[in-house]
Amino acid sequence: MAVLERTPARVPGRPALRLRGVSIVWRPRYVIVLALGIAALVLGMAANIGRGEYPISVPDVLAVLLGGGDSGQRFIILELRLPRSLTGALVGAALAVAGAITQSIARNPLASPDMIGLTAGASAAAVFVIVLGGGFGAVGGFLAAAGLPMAALIGGLLTAFLIYGLAWRRGVRGFRLVLVGIGLQAMLLAVVHWLLVVAEVFEAARAYVWLNGSLNARGWEHVVPVSIALAVLLPAAFLLAHVLGALQYGDDTARGLGVPVDRARSLLLLVAVGLASVATASAGPIAFVALVAPQIAQRLVGGARPPIGMSLVVGAALTVISDVVARTAFGATELPVGIVTAVLGAPYLLYLLARYGREARA
Amino acid sequence: MTPLTQTDKSAAVAVTSAVRLRAEHVRLAYGDRTVVEGLDLDVVAGTITAVIGPNGCGKSTLLRALGRLLRPTGGQVLLDGRRIDKMPTREVAKILGLLPQAPTAPEGLTVADLVARGRHPHQAWYRQWSADDEEAVAQALEWTGIADLAERPVDELSGGQRQRAWISMALAQGTDLLLLDEPTTFLDLAHQVDVLDLVRRLHQEAGRTVVMVLHDLNLAARYADRLVAMRDGRIVAAGEPSEVVTESMLAEVFGLAARVIPDPVAGTPLVVPIGGHAPSH
Repeated sequence: MAVLERTPARVPGRPALRLRGVSIVWRPRYVIVLALGIAALVLGMAANIGRGEYPISVPDVLAVLLGGGDSGQRFIILELRLPRSLTGALVGAALAVAGAITQSIARNPLASPDMIGLTAGASAAAVFVIVLGGGFGAVGGFLAAAGLPMAALIGGLLTAFLIYGLAWRRGVRGFRLVLVGIGLQAMLLAVVHWLLVVAEVFEAARAYVWLNGSLNARGWEHVVPVSIALAVLLPAAFLLAHVLGALQYGDDTARGLGVPVDRARSLLLLVAVGLASVATASAGPIAFVALVAPQIAQRLVGGARPPIGMSLVVGAALTVISDVVARTAFGATELPVGIVTAVLGAPYLLYLLARYGREARA
Repeated sequence: MTPLTQTDKSAAVAVTSAVRLRAEHVRLAYGDRTVVEGLDLDVVAGTITAVIGPNGCGKSTLLRALGRLLRPTGGQVLLDGRRIDKMPTREVAKILGLLPQAPTAPEGLTVADLVARGRHPHQAWYRQWSADDEEAVAQALEWTGIADLAERPVDELSGGQRQRAWISMALAQGTDLLLLDEPTTFLDLAHQVDVLDLVRRLHQEAGRTVVMVLHDLNLAARYADRLVAMRDGRIVAAGEPSEVVTESMLAEVFGLAARVIPDPVAGTPLVVPIGGHAPSH
């Protein structure tokens, strides 16, 4: 008989939820916060979809998304506007999960893909393709369409290998990873700037918009590749998340607990790089989402590391809501979403650095 | 070999005198620097072994190799007769628990969550908190006397409490072999005795086999069944404390002039350093 078992907890603070062989710790706060996060995400998406030359109210948008509405609204929402918000949500989710993984591996909140050069690597490769693509006509057109995600992925992976290789010294220390990453990031950004300088004006402008992280003019053709990548990478992230908990304790302790540390960390890093690169390829390097979202999620939920599921929801909601702000705050001028996330994220980065400074002195 | 629970002591008696861990001609190195050379050691079931020696003699390195944290560059380490480096690390983790020197916990972690992490080798992504896990963690918390601290953040604990929490985590792992690397570092004397009393209870009442690196010779002599004295990566003396802790050993291994007298409490050897004092006869 399958009964959801709720025995009184013998260990304070860890009530169990058990069904046959499946068991988890029951954390009501997580469930409540997660539900609120999903609600914020849905409302944010509805508000974002409602925006445009032909405004649609949030209830109308929700009605259409639930299968109602008239055919005009259905066309505008489902064909024209939904892809933008969906891309934003998926990209934000991917960045946040990537950030949650790298921050946990490095045991350092500064170690997010946008701080340690992973998205910069993906950007450099992507800008290379954009710049080169324009110059070589037909081949370039194909390259730019199909090659951009691949280039970003390869760029991200190469950067990850470099960081890992340079930071590895009988194991990987979190702080070393961050420092090496920041150094590489500076070099990669220099490459990006060099590419922008040597590029034709038109390509440079295109690359520049992309580099700000923009969700403008996203159609279903943008949603599909991200969705496929997420369908593969997110389950992997959730499966590996269990090991992430043990990896938090330092290599010796983790190995003592039966974790094949190097293999687990490489796999996790690979998943994170994949997520960050795919996200970057779809919408450009949207700043700070990977840094901030996992930390917000951790503070909302409590606990000792960024929770994967909650980070996902926070990242998606943060990106979509930032997009709403980017499109409404300055009247007719629509900013790229990356500018808003940067404005939100930069103060947090300052806070982190200030706190680290204090701890280092203490 | 199934891991023992605290109540299941008969199995330990049955395998008494069996060699649980064996180092054979082990050479250990960090990069080019050889730390331990040609070392042999047997750890017998149901004993407490303490490894002693001056700083840098390779005792922690040896413990790391016994716990498969460091792969020997020569020789081999056998766990229950099997090469430890050929066994899946998760399988090893169900037999052998270890407490590294000065382990670090993530910020904001509660004691219960820390101790529960010890169950990792028994868990999977879909089985994160089974009834067995809960039972083992509750017992481990009780054993170490920190059940009432379960919901406190680890970083708010005192040094002694924190060390109990870590030992509790190793206990929750449910292994009958425990490797402890300097479990008493950073503790004041009262808490050192506290932790070592706990180790002795684990051995006597729960049948655990323990190998630990200790700094304090007198405590090592009192709490261990077997002492292993190391110097420059070699074992200089091994055996019962009364055989090992002698004035000549102290001079040879530690370069220490000392008198050895019977411990007035336990009868084990007690080291009294001479230092700058003129010996009074």
